[in-house]
Amino acid sequence: MRIGIDKDTCIGAGQCVMVAPGVFTQDDDGYSTLRPGREDGAGSALVREAARACPVGAITAGDPEDAGTV
Amino acid sequence: MTDTPTTDAGPATDQRAASPVAFPQDRTCPYHPPAAYDPLRAARPLARITLFDGRPAWLVTGHAAARRLLADQRLSTDRTRDGFPVTTARLAGVRGRKTALLGVDDPEHRTQRKMVLPEFTLRRAAALRPHIQRIVDERLDTMVARGPSADLVTAFALPVPSMVICALLGVPYADHEFFEEQSRRLLRGPLPADTLDARDRLEAYLGELVDRKREAPGEGLLDDLVRRQPDEGGIDREQLVAFAVILLVAGHETTANMISLGTYTLLTNPGRLAELRADPALLPGAVEELMRLLSIADGLLRMATEDIEVDGQTIRSGDGVVFSTSVINRDESVYPDPDALDWHRPARHHVAFGFGIHQCLGQNLARAELEIALRTLFDRLPTLRLAAPADEIPFKPGDTIQGMLELPVTW
Repeated sequence: MRIGIDKDTCIGAGQCVMVAPGVFTQDDDGYSTLRPGREDGAGSALVREAARACPVGAITAGDPEDAGTV
Repeated sequence: MTDTPTTDAGPATDQRAASPVAFPQDRTCPYHPPAAYDPLRAARPLARITLFDGRPAWLVTGHAAARRLLADQRLSTDRTRDGFPVTTARLAGVRGRKTALLGVDDPEHRTQRKMVLPEFTLRRAAALRPHIQRIVDERLDTMVARGPSADLVTAFALPVPSMVICALLGVPYADHEFFEEQSRRLLRGPLPADTLDARDRLEAYLGELVDRKREAPGEGLLDDLVRRQPDEGGIDREQLVAFAVILLVAGHETTANMISLGTYTLLTNPGRLAELRADPALLPGAVEELMRLLSIADGLLRMATEDIEVDGQTIRSGDGVVFSTSVINRDESVYPDPDALDWHRPARHHVAFGFGIHQCLGQNLARAELEIALRTLFDRLPTLRLAAPADEIPFKPGDTIQGMLELPVTW
């Protein structure tokens, strides 16, 4: 799975970390980032849920043509 | 979402048959949910409640279920739908009016959010910190000069976020008495007619402001939106005014209540305050913990547009669904000893800002304002204390955003 995080859009709400803590984390500045080694989502079904929960739609999950539609 | 709005506001099946609790009710301590909510706290993840008009609704009480449901597109936030739950007669009075952002479902919501998003990024909130610090310092200078006592609500808690949101939106702070009063009437009436009239007045005022900005745009979010041409996603006057109303009201009322109620909570929990003073690095976590415990926006409203199964119970299409943030944020499976203030617990995952696509856009601004306001207040006035018995200080009724009506302090 291809996961994208738009850093210009991210407001650091941390909801992705709440939903899928195995895949997402927050960097020192509060921005969402992918955990090392989990850049492909590690097969977690929660990634799409995290994308849906993002209050600003900063996360895309899926094939490139899905981008922005999750 | 293309479902036909249901007109069936009738009772839903209550599979638990527990007697419904009236919601909302007034708190007895301004930072704890009323004892009457105890049965709701015992019924997780869903409980039955009765709204002010006698209509039954679901109350979401469990943290995991709240997260799931707040991200569920089968729950609509469009207040103009027939059967959308209302918690007060005042809200019933404005229910025909479209509310921007907060009252709009996707895909329209996504379009609206995109327009205002650039002002609410983490980067932008960080850049505003020096400006917020200046405002906080100036307000405290004024308050101290008139001291050694004050009503902290009018001297500090309300003007700080008011000035910040004015600068952010490009609204003249000189008009603050007008819009603060109309916001108060919008949120607290007391009569439904007050709420309706306040909304009309705010729309008229902000409409004139937008017209002036069209002639001569200045600096601020509203000016940026005015400058946009139709081909780059420009917005019409009505939409712009709708944004302005929601951002102006949400931008100052909520944070003002957190500052006043947060200060009250710290002053009535001296052990926790001392701990915070001894280790200022605890402050960002303390702000999260205060937001969790205080849960000032206690009752987020949605309506089901399809049947939804939740842990063996069925929310039927047309049912009203209310999220009690104070109850959800005290789910003991997530927060052990949930009624205690604990600066060391990971409180960041509270739902005080909501959850999902409608989660508060201004959360970083709110965090920055709270951190700076509380740190500076207690640094500057080490002897700050209540100037009246704690249990005699009036606070807001349960049917609106929670906070102090006044906060007499001395130092």
